[in-house]
Amino acid sequence: MSWEVVKNAEINGVGMMMPPDPADDFGHEPGTLEVAGNILGIPESWRPPTMSRRSFLRGVICSGVVIASSGYLFSSSPANAGAKQAERLISLSVNGRKHRLDVAANETLAHTLRYRLGLTGTKLGCNRAECGACTVIIGEQTEYSCSTLTMRCQGKNIRTVEGVAQNGRLHPVQQAFIDELGPQCGFCTPGQVMSAVNLLEKNPKPTVDEVRQALSGNLCRCGAYEHYLNGVMNASRRA
Amino acid sequence: MAYKIIGKDLTPPDIEAKVTGKARYAEDFRADGMVFVKLLASPMPHANVTNIDLSKAKKVPGYIGVLTADDLKQPKDAGHAILTNKPAFVGQPILAIAAETEQAAAEALDLVEVSLDPLPFVIDPLESLKPGGPNAIEGGNVANRKGVKFQEIKWSGKEFAIAGDETLPKGTTPIDWSFGDLEAKFKESAVVIEETFVSSANAHHALEPRSAAAYWENGKVHVWGSTQSSSFAVPSLAKYIGVKPSEVVMVSEFCGGGFGGKGYAYPVMAIPAFMSKKLGGRPVMMRISRAEEFYNGSARAGFQGWVKIGFGANGRVKAIDAFVVQDNGPTGGFWDFRNFGDASSMVFQPESMRYRGIPVLTNTPPKGPQRGPGENQTANVMEPMMNKAARKLGLDPLDLRLVNAPGGGGKNSKFGEKQGPVTSAYLKEALEQGAAAFNYREKKKTSGQRIGNKIRALGIGQAYHSAGGAGFDGLVRITPDGILHIHTGVGNLGTYSYMDTSRVAAEVLGYNWDRCVIERGGTKANMPWNLGQFGSNTSFTMTRTNYAAGTACKELLLEIGSKVMGGTPDDYTLSDEKVVAKSGGKSITFADAAKKAIELGGKFSGAEVDDALNPMTKASAKALGGTGLVAAAKDKLPKKGVVPGLAAAFVEIELDVETGRVEILDYLGIPDVGTVLHPKGLAAQVRGAAVMGFGLAALERYVYDPEYGRPSIRGLYQAKPPSYLDVPAAMQSLYVKGATDPQNPVGAKGVGEPIMGAASSAYLSAISEALGGHTFNRVPVVADMIINHLNGLAPSHKPLQVNCQ
Repeated sequence: MSWEVVKNAEINGVGMMMPPDPADDFGHEPGTLEVAGNILGIPESWRPPTMSRRSFLRGVICSGVVIASSGYLFSSSPANAGAKQAERLISLSVNGRKHRLDVAANETLAHTLRYRLGLTGTKLGCNRAECGACTVIIGEQTEYSCSTLTMRCQGKNIRTVEGVAQNGRLHPVQQAFIDELGPQCGFCTPGQVMSAVNLLEKNPKPTVDEVRQALSGNLCRCGAYEHYLNGVMNASRRA
Repeated sequence: MAYKIIGKDLTPPDIEAKVTGKARYAEDFRADGMVFVKLLASPMPHANVTNIDLSKAKKVPGYIGVLTADDLKQPKDAGHAILTNKPAFVGQPILAIAAETEQAAAEALDLVEVSLDPLPFVIDPLESLKPGGPNAIEGGNVANRKGVKFQEIKWSGKEFAIAGDETLPKGTTPIDWSFGDLEAKFKESAVVIEETFVSSANAHHALEPRSAAAYWENGKVHVWGSTQSSSFAVPSLAKYIGVKPSEVVMVSEFCGGGFGGKGYAYPVMAIPAFMSKKLGGRPVMMRISRAEEFYNGSARAGFQGWVKIGFGANGRVKAIDAFVVQDNGPTGGFWDFRNFGDASSMVFQPESMRYRGIPVLTNTPPKGPQRGPGENQTANVMEPMMNKAARKLGLDPLDLRLVNAPGGGGKNSKFGEKQGPVTSAYLKEALEQGAAAFNYREKKKTSGQRIGNKIRALGIGQAYHSAGGAGFDGLVRITPDGILHIHTGVGNLGTYSYMDTSRVAAEVLGYNWDRCVIERGGTKANMPWNLGQFGSNTSFTMTRTNYAAGTACKELLLEIGSKVMGGTPDDYTLSDEKVVAKSGGKSITFADAAKKAIELGGKFSGAEVDDALNPMTKASAKALGGTGLVAAAKDKLPKKGVVPGLAAAFVEIELDVETGRVEILDYLGIPDVGTVLHPKGLAAQVRGAAVMGFGLAALERYVYDPEYGRPSIRGLYQAKPPSYLDVPAAMQSLYVKGATDPQNPVGAKGVGEPIMGAASSAYLSAISEALGGHTFNRVPVVADMIINHLNGLAPSHKPLQVNCQ
């Protein structure tokens, strides 16, 4: 079944906004692919469709094999791009589990978590310590994992959003964020969770102002601050 | 009307994934053998690429291939290219390199030698309109996707000379309309104010950069992308790539913020798909950085403008004469400027009006719709002027607004150039109910008084956005286990409107919500053709489609009841997930009815569908054929007039006269949404919009170096969206009681956008109030502007200067 033409909806009444699609700039007729295909002569559909890198990684992690280098660049700065760094085998404790990993000297923790360990809950919104979406807890402190070198985390306990729920039960902060409708788009949420969890561990009964201060390193473009604040206060009452 | 599900605080089914980190955004997907692509961005605001030397880049170990503008079809005129040899803004992608690792791609990119021939550029629209002024792109300087063809317009030296440096020159404009006798109405006005204004552009800066990945398999292109709208993005992406919509498999489960900037597909989303095609289908991941998001992530259009408003002695707006020059970026852009005319006509209901507007191309990032595109700039310009006028008229600013605001349901309200009808309007009631809840009259007694070095002041804001469409499709399905599957292509922007509109189908059928599943997240969910998740349109438009699908499902259930138990459909009713005989006794469960539907086939199982449905919906219904009772329906409900999303807001600020710092002490937002679908979701929108509005009004900068045309606001720390510490810890969220939209089957309409403009304009009005009626006529209002004003110093910018703060 193909459906070549998806027509615009009817425009009823006055001034109904039916926005012109910027894709119409191209005037492509349906089905006229313009790009020269297959420069390498690789047959299409060569990829095994069922195996994601994530499940592959998970399999590797569980079997305890040392993880090979990931394909990602750990800094968005081109200045670092040329700097080939030798990788070194280190031991890293993440969410209570020990991992042995090859890590480059200039590799950030966000990179290691997301692209070597497949822990994609830690988000990269800016990769330069502006937004807080990558917040994790290292030892007893929140840190921006985008601006923390993995090498410096050896021997420390790293906790990410994936390690906050225990035994299948949500952390009170997570439950309260659901109850207060904290997340909107949700991209900043893992960072908000980590900052809130860390705050309540240090200060179980914070004032609203203490919560604001503690979470002020976590930007939310949707502006859901009050709902997150209410969530932290709610979690504090429950704990 | 008492509802079972509508108006309840349901838990969105995707929210747990958001708090546990399991939610997968575009960049969180992985594929074996995935390669990485990186983009080469133009370092110049306007140039011709004369040569690309890849010889060194190709030697980097791991280098795989390159995609250049020569590989791709180029758009005409002011089209937005995917890759270009004629970059028209700093940061525009010129080529893409694929490599085995992202590191190798970056290294190769560093070694690409691109020769660029610089061309004249322009970042101030007025400069381009001057005789002999530069054009942002070859062959013209004016264009807009809504009704303004690509052309060159230059105003005369005389027009600039007459205006001088401090007021807006007014040459010819492609848009010019009016109604009423403007001249006569100005003559009978008791007070006339006339102002020149600037409203800055600002970047969307959604927290999730628009990373994307793609591969080809079995003749289809699979794309993981970040988009606000699931159904809408499919044909859009197909058009970018040049394939049939049915050849696109799209995964769009989560979207880390869009605010208008990811309404459809967009040019860079197509790059991984093209690169993958070149590589024989191999998966390609393109991670976008924050700086690249600034370049490619669109921005709200800036305005330079002039407005003259005439008021009767009682405050009635008799005449508005408005003129807007829009910074359109280098592409077709969005029609913010046109919305100035519409929004002013709606909010102030002027007795006469003239509107002129011109969208001018500049060498700044492409402009796109951002939450209340044009309408919110209008609010920020007009509302402080209302305060100024109120002082001259000796009226309270609230009373002046009450005299003009559309209310009482909107039967006498008129809209826009044609002065056509609206579906419902309760802005007056929003002002009245909001003022009472805010204790406005009492607080007003001390508003503007200085205590020590602080001045407390109140502000009121109002805003509008067209908030509803019609004619889209709904699709629901009951499976033999009795579960209701509500298929939606709305998208997952974070407003939860995918859930809030889907619930209407469950309501129509009397379902328990825990027996309903929402099918969403991309093409694999077999989506109906839904409007995109933008324009505050979802609530009105998609409750209609789900009402239509729910009603169609109900009719099929009743018919199945009559086939199984005898009689006619009229003999049956729905109760407790059963088809029940009205006479009592006989019944069958929805589960059994679904089994029967499969047995009956035809129109009951999705094998036959209404020919009026969109091809996307038909394909989805057919794909689901035989899995249960499938009901697809087009929204054919009547709709006449504009659906006005309206909102009012009240704010109390404290302005420090020594530092220029403004603290927001109290805030109340009150939208006219008709029936509330999801109270907590509405509150989240009201408060979140206020935060974004305060950013627009006070913080978010858009600065360009006029010498080299380079931006200095690519980072979040430079643009400065509001943080926890910039906004009050608690803000009041209300909604107009007693409002309903008669053209929506459940009385609902949307408001995500106007409630932002109401907040930002209330803030700006409060500053005007604190400064004795002074209007800066410029957004954002930053501390140094306040300090300069209080010290009697000239502002650090000229009245029409742009990209300077």
